[in-house]
Parts: sequence; C-alpha cells; structure tokens
Amino acid sequence: MSSTVQLFRQTFKRDLTLAFRRKSELINPLIFFLIVASLFPIGVSPEPNFLSQLAPGLVWVAALLATLLSMETLFKSDYEDGSLEQLLLSPQPVFLVVLSKVLAHWLLSGLALTLVAPLLGVMLFLPSEGMPGLMLSLLLGTPTLSLIGAIGAALTVGLRRGGVLISLLVLPLYIPVLIFGSSAVQAAVTGLPLDGYLALLGAMLALALALAPIAAGAALKISVSG
Amino acid sequence: MAQALLTAQSLFCERDDRVLFDQLQLTVSEGEIWQVEGRNGSGKTTLLRILCGLSTHYEGELFWRDESMDEVRDQFLSELLYIGHQAGVSAMLTAEENLHWQCALHPSLDADRTQYALESVGLKGFEDVPAHQLSAGQKRRIALAKLYMSRAKLWILDEPFTAIDKIGVAAKEALMVEHIQAGGSVIMTTHQDLSAGIPLHTINVERFASMHKEWSE
Repeated sequence: MSSTVQLFRQTFKRDLTLAFRRKSELINPLIFFLIVASLFPIGVSPEPNFLSQLAPGLVWVAALLATLLSMETLFKSDYEDGSLEQLLLSPQPVFLVVLSKVLAHWLLSGLALTLVAPLLGVMLFLPSEGMPGLMLSLLLGTPTLSLIGAIGAALTVGLRRGGVLISLLVLPLYIPVLIFGSSAVQAAVTGLPLDGYLALLGAMLALALALAPIAAGAALKISVSG
Repeated sequence: MAQALLTAQSLFCERDDRVLFDQLQLTVSEGEIWQVEGRNGSGKTTLLRILCGLSTHYEGELFWRDESMDEVRDQFLSELLYIGHQAGVSAMLTAEENLHWQCALHPSLDADRTQYALESVGLKGFEDVPAHQLSAGQKRRIALAKLYMSRAKLWILDEPFTAIDKIGVAAKEALMVEHIQAGGSVIMTTHQDLSAGIPLHTINVERFASMHKEWSE
C-alpha cells in the first residue's frame, strides 16, 4: 500500500517540477484566459450593463477553452521520451499515476484559473454577488474538465496532430459542466440558491474522478500499443 | 535443466501489410542471454515490445514461467526491466530525479543504490544537471544506470549500447554476465558485436519472415 502512495507522491512531485521547468506551458492557459476576457469588451461593447450580463458565461467559456488548450501537453513529453512505456510496464496501477498527473496539471491550470477568475469578473463588470458562485463553480468544475480532458489527451497522444481531435472528442462531454457552471454564476448574480448547481457539479466531479483515470489509463495502453 | 522464464509460441505479427514474422518460437530460460538479430526495420523492436507486453498487435501465445501471460501479467511486470528505444529519460529532469521516479514505478529497482549506480555509469558529478544538457551517451547512461539497481529477473534491452563508448559497453557486458550467473536472463538487440566470451543465444527475426513468404507463394 505504501508503495502506491509513494508512487502517487513521486509522480505529483515530478510533474510539478517538470511544469515549473517549462514555464511557457505553465502560463499559457492563464494568458489565454486573460486575453479572451480583455478582448471581449474591446471587440463587442464596453457597456457595463451588457458585459455584466455576458460575464458568467464568458468567464466559463474562457476557462473551458484555456483548459482544453493545456490538455494536449499532459502526456505528450512522456510519450516522446519513452516515460510512458516505463509507466505502462510498471506493476503498479496505471490509473493512480494518471490521477496524480491530472491533479498536478489541475493545480497549475484549473486552480490557477479559479484564482484569477475574480479579476476577470471585475473586468467584465460581474456583480460582486456573483463572485462566490463563480469561484465555487470553477473550483468544482475545472477538475472535471481536466479529468475528462485527460481521456482525450491519452487517446490522441500517439498522433502527430492530436490537438484538434482532442477538442472534438472532449467538447461534447464538457457541455454539461459548462451549462451548470455558468448557470451557477447566473443564479448567484440573481440571488437564487446555488446548492443545486453545485451539487450537480460535485456529482459530475465524483463520476469523473472514479471513471476518467481508468479510462485514460486504458487509452494510454492503446496509444502506446499502436 | 534451467527453468523457462519467458516462452513465446507461434508469434505472428503483421505491419502495413507486411508480415514481420510468423510461427516465431522463443524460449528464454534462466541464465541465458538472447540477442535478437535482423536488419533495420525487420521487426526487432516490434518483437521486444510484444514480448514485454507493450504491443498487442500480434497473434500467438506468451507464457511467463509456464503460465499464460494474461494470468500472471502483474507477476511478470514486477520481474521485468525494460529499456526501450526511447530510454524513458525526461530531458527536463536531472539524472537523480529521473531515477527516483523510475524507482517509484518499479519496485524491483533498489532506490538505495541510486548513488552507486550513477557512479558506476560515470555520471558522478552530473547528478544535478538536467538531462537535456548532457550528451546523447550520458543520457543513455541514465537509463542504463537502472541495470545496476535492478533486482528484476528478466532484462529486455532495445539497443542499449547506442552512443555508449567501448569501456561503457564492456562494463555493461560484465554486468549482464553477472546477472545471468545469478539466474537472470537478458533479451536484447544490438548492432554492435559483443565480446566473444559471452555465452550468447541468437534469434534472427528475418528467418521467420521469409518462411511465411515461401508458404504464401
């Protein structure tokens, strides 16, 4: 048992180290997130009333796309240098390593996006009542996005141009998260109770936590076998 | 009679409408070194990947210690050391960090011997250097350091000596002889000639490819 915990921790540490040594990949999703939010008022309309209506959906769409963009790198370098082969030949359970990698990835993408989100909210005139809803829904929703994205990344890691394919595979599964996520923010803005939306986001997260690592592990086996 | 470790029965593999090998038989017993021979593209790497279970594009049966591979896969993996064509070394990590993760993945690697292993492959003083700053040979040596830490029974090595100098090769050969004397075995591919003193079994992949052609014509 302790060796599996050890593996989980080691993988987590390794992936964080790797991420911090590749700084550009680290800040890419954040920059993208900020650019989308800052271009919108310029491109559409700087009108506060108009923007505050768009804000819940806009922040969520930007977060979703930023996560999607960052997914491709999750297994790419491991595939290229052969680390993935070593991983699949380990007697330890593969889903554990996948879970650990996704956690590290989420900390630097999803969680970072969640922490920056209030700034975007302010830029887009999101009423301050909406902030808790925004933070909470992103906190529960972005890990689901990362977990589902990991399946897509695992399936396409062996392809030379997998980026577009990931989007096609994964976007349909992202839609429910987007709907309930942005609805939660909307509800918070209008003063309606959030519980229902958050419960649904939590349920989706629980489902993804249980199934996605196993699915991604199986997908990795298929990709490496090709 | 030494115990049979890995047995392959009537392996068949086809790639891009080309039969790489058919009816390939191989039994690797304790204390044997097997060299897989064949020209470039003849399917040596494919065979090794099939044997260790990375590739599933084959027909035929694999046995580990006379039991079907499907049933004893975990047991097999815990006794396997595989160094592939891609060495499994992350360029952004140092030699030590690479080996630490490998130890966590493979309990058959002895983490306490990391320093000794790095010293043995001549990477002492380079422990803290990211692998991308090292030469090709040094990078390869990070992967080969695992040989010094391994308690695995079977070593499957794909071109382990690429970019390794003569002294390094001699040291690894001595290590392999030590390994088989302790009851282990090795399956490897290499285009370099091994020293004459090593007891070597060879299997040529191309032999199994041509056989099929005769039949189909």
